[in-house]
Amino acid sequence: MTKQDPIIRVENLSIGYEDKIIMKDLSFDIPRGDIFIIMGGSGCGKSTLLRTLTGLIAAHCGRIWIRDTDFIHAGPKEKLEIMQRSGILYQGGALFSSMTLAENVALPLQQYTSHTPDFINQIVSFKLALVGLAGYEAYYPSEISGGMRKRAGLARALALDPEIVYFDEPSAGLDPVSSKNLDDLILEINKTLGTTIIVVTHELPSIFAIGKNSIFLDKTLQTISARGRPDELLKNPPNRQVYEFLTRGEQHEKGTK
Amino acid sequence: MIDIQTKGESVVCTLKGVLDGTARFPASVCGLRHKKLQLLGDGIESWNTDFVAILFNTFKHIPKEHISYSQLPQGMEQLLRLAFQAPYKETQMTREKQPFLEWLGDRGIQVCRCVKKGCLFLCGCLFAWGRQLRGKAVYRSKDFWMILADCGPQSILIVSLISFMVGLILAFVGAIQLKTFGAQIYVASLVTIGMTRIMGAIMTGVIMAGRTGASYAATIGTMQVNEELDALQTMGISRVDFLVLPRMNALLLAMPILILLSDVMGILGGCFVCVLFWEIPLAEYIKYATNSFYLTNFLVGVFHGLVFGLIIALCGCYFGVNCGRNADSVGAATTKAVVYAIVWMIVMTGVLTALCEGLGI
Repeated sequence: MTKQDPIIRVENLSIGYEDKIIMKDLSFDIPRGDIFIIMGGSGCGKSTLLRTLTGLIAAHCGRIWIRDTDFIHAGPKEKLEIMQRSGILYQGGALFSSMTLAENVALPLQQYTSHTPDFINQIVSFKLALVGLAGYEAYYPSEISGGMRKRAGLARALALDPEIVYFDEPSAGLDPVSSKNLDDLILEINKTLGTTIIVVTHELPSIFAIGKNSIFLDKTLQTISARGRPDELLKNPPNRQVYEFLTRGEQHEKGTK
Repeated sequence: MIDIQTKGESVVCTLKGVLDGTARFPASVCGLRHKKLQLLGDGIESWNTDFVAILFNTFKHIPKEHISYSQLPQGMEQLLRLAFQAPYKETQMTREKQPFLEWLGDRGIQVCRCVKKGCLFLCGCLFAWGRQLRGKAVYRSKDFWMILADCGPQSILIVSLISFMVGLILAFVGAIQLKTFGAQIYVASLVTIGMTRIMGAIMTGVIMAGRTGASYAATIGTMQVNEELDALQTMGISRVDFLVLPRMNALLLAMPILILLSDVMGILGGCFVCVLFWEIPLAEYIKYATNSFYLTNFLVGVFHGLVFGLIIALCGCYFGVNCGRNADSVGAATTKAVVYAIVWMIVMTGVLTALCEGLGI
């Protein structure tokens, strides 16, 4: 696979819970090194799509190609290998409350590498410094703010130098400044490590600040109703829902198509 | 390959060849603080983030203004700039041990606060009961029936099984001793008096503390984590009225019935042993058991049960309401609810037994 090849290819994917289908016929490519936004209104299935992409729930039908592997039909070993090369930042950081930040970040390294404890400590310090938390190794999640918890969660997601990092609503619950700082950090990580970043969000400032590519999930149509760069979608909205979403519904008359 | 040269106040670090996690820096440059660092790339063939982590940890004490980069691969330079962006803050990997006296003082203050909190909670519950009697307490009757179903009918099987086994054990142990005097027929009396007076209540109490008390603490604790308790408070609904009262009422209603069941099952357990193992005729067992059944003993047992029900509900709800806001706290609250309920039940058994003795009951 070359640099231009998609790192993730989704083909005719249908997702949902048990018998209920939430989204169907989802097909899109995520290029390597991209910052890809999955956007849409509340309850449209963004998080469900993310959970399907990360293997937390099974797809109803379709295929997800991650690099050259069919992720849905892959065996447990192949799935584990793909999961090890992916990092996920959950909404609240999902740090283990009984562990310090250093222990949280060290956990995947202890699990999947044969590094010495001393070297793991060095990597942990470096990853925490990357997200601006140098010196916070001995703190517990309950002793730091929500924004710091997210950054620590990002440090843990980056512990194994993943090729893909998924973000579930990274700006949720953050003040505008912390939210912007996190957006800047996502851009830096993407630029410096070349990591492919997939973000599920409905926060407009974040979408326009970091998004290089996006898809819009339409709850009514139960599929993708728009795709492209977010700023271009704003200039040339393909339908009224997208325009209303990207302008917070303020000028929907102009955008009606 | 790493080449280090010190020129006055500056350290020049030249990086060449393959740079990975096996690279090592001389100990003399580790922990430098006041030097200027010049990082030179000279024909770097390949590198990875493990090497960058080592490089960062070697020079992490040097402020970013004192570091210059030259001919480093773009990605490596960007990573280093990002890592050095914030001034490094020294951290202690382990917490300092608290001096004993300080620890003792802290614990003392914590205990006082807990006692105060517990007393306030108890008063709050008593007032809520008062409000309920006046018809002013707010809670959903649907909740009450659901909680009652959980702590009543759904507990029948486990209470029956455990009580049957306790009766069986009492009969076995008692009969071995009584047999030496040829008085094994009195096993029926031993089991009947033992179960109706105290054992039925204690066993039911322990089961309900583990089953229902823990469930109360976990449910309310999870509500605390999900900010549901805050929502109740902001809506002006009393947590005690809404959450504690239905649980307390349900247990107070269920406990006497469960104790009656426990007594019967215990006596049946004793009967099972006597008839099958000690060859005591069934009619004889029933006769002795009936003769040893005193209403006073049964009522004392039921009263114990009511007190235990109150203790279990209060402990479960108290630790649930005062639970922290993370996953660990729910586990801790559940454990505390069970442990404290059992401890208080044993303490109250002692108090009530002494009281009954004093009153000649």
